[in-house]
Amino acid sequence: MSAVLAATGANGEPWWIALIKSAIVINVVLLGFAYLTLLERKVMGRMQLRYGPNRAGPYGLLQPIADLVKLIRKESFFPAAANDMLYIGAPFLAAFTALTTFSVIPWGPGWEIAGYQVNGYIADLPIALLLIFAVGSIGIYGFIVGGWASDSKFALLGSMRTCAQLVSYEVSLALSVLGVVLMAGSLSLVDIVAAQDADVWYLIPQFVGFLVFLLAGTAETSRAPFDLPEAEQELVAGYHTEYGGMRFGLFTMSEYVNLITLSGLAVTLFLGGWHGPWLPGPVWFLLKVFVLLFVFIWMRTTLPRLRYDQLMRFGWKVLLPVATVNAVVTALLVVAL
Amino acid sequence: MTLQPFGTLRGFGVTFKHIFKKPITQQYPEYKRPVYPRFRGRHRLHRHANGLEKCVGCSLCAAACPADCIRVVAAENTADNRVSPGERYARIYEINLSRCIFCGYCELACPFDAITLGNEFELSEYSRDDLIYTKDMLLAEPIKRVPIQDPDLYDTPIPAYKRLS
Repeated sequence: MSAVLAATGANGEPWWIALIKSAIVINVVLLGFAYLTLLERKVMGRMQLRYGPNRAGPYGLLQPIADLVKLIRKESFFPAAANDMLYIGAPFLAAFTALTTFSVIPWGPGWEIAGYQVNGYIADLPIALLLIFAVGSIGIYGFIVGGWASDSKFALLGSMRTCAQLVSYEVSLALSVLGVVLMAGSLSLVDIVAAQDADVWYLIPQFVGFLVFLLAGTAETSRAPFDLPEAEQELVAGYHTEYGGMRFGLFTMSEYVNLITLSGLAVTLFLGGWHGPWLPGPVWFLLKVFVLLFVFIWMRTTLPRLRYDQLMRFGWKVLLPVATVNAVVTALLVVAL
Repeated sequence: MTLQPFGTLRGFGVTFKHIFKKPITQQYPEYKRPVYPRFRGRHRLHRHANGLEKCVGCSLCAAACPADCIRVVAAENTADNRVSPGERYARIYEINLSRCIFCGYCELACPFDAITLGNEFELSEYSRDDLIYTKDMLLAEPIKRVPIQDPDLYDTPIPAYKRLS
């Protein structure tokens, strides 16, 4: 019995601790997503000289619960002409990949509790960064399939536009982190965080990379000013036109969880991960992610939407060359110094 | 013109500053903005000082109504049942508030000043049938829930045209 309990996986922690930790982290991420929607509405409201939602509970704190109950109670309609399996599977694919990418982000140093090792991450792979980009690209399939399987012109056009945008900015996103990988010498996020502790936060030497990462990331998660996929005036609702009730809720969830993951990734790669003076690791991680999320919300409130051709032009003609030059210069400097 | 990206950053500064300013939203129902005396709200039927109803059932208001939401059925005033000072009175007087557009034409059309538009606008009900106001409901004194602006300041000084209520 004790042999089963002590059986450790590849990362040195028992399997049942990994299970419990996964359950806890998934719940924390979903809770974070729910209250991120409230935070966004309140902060956007305050920036626009109005209150956000403040009726649902004290300071509107029960608003996400009210939204959840509303979505669950709504009719999840099913268009007759829609392709069954793909129509149902698309939101799940989007949500699943969004949650999976969060699993490799380290949020703490790892602890030893009652003789068992508890790691500060759910999984650590030697190619963690590659996993994030790969699974993120599979998430794009969720949007393509969702729009196509709805068998509606708005949905199809919306999903085509979305995917063109996401694929374009994916390249710049991957190139912008190349500088960090060169400096840290590893693709594993845990190693990158450790390297930042030894060195300096990569924000300082890699500020160009950070900027490109932020802009490409805003486009990757379809946030303003790159939120053409959800521009009501242009596309009704884009790829989620024909979705209602909880299926629509899953798409929204995947979008916000992607945002949280991206912020977590930016914190890990550029802002020193969970390192910080006298507060525990996870608290610092949450604080830094919160600051980045605030920046994203701030961008949404301030900037007008980019037109589709402006968007594509920016992605290919501005961001990609800048990311490439950043990678090349970093490589030269790393070799030279 | 400020060069980009400094123009964009100035925009960010504006939105950031706004977080710390007091929002300009008026929180209804904790704060109810006072209505003006001639605000067109829920209708009211009036009585004379001696208790007789002013309405004689002439249906000029029903004829003037653009939304066709007033129903008037007149009946003769008998000696023992005298309701109005004329020959007839309105036996049935109903206004369908879900159709009414609160334009005030009925008030303008009435030759006896029997119907005016009062100041209440909080008229929500749970069913459409409850929104058809009968004569007793319209005759009754409304429950004042919203403050009214100063009549001396905002109403007409000509006594003949002053707001009845």
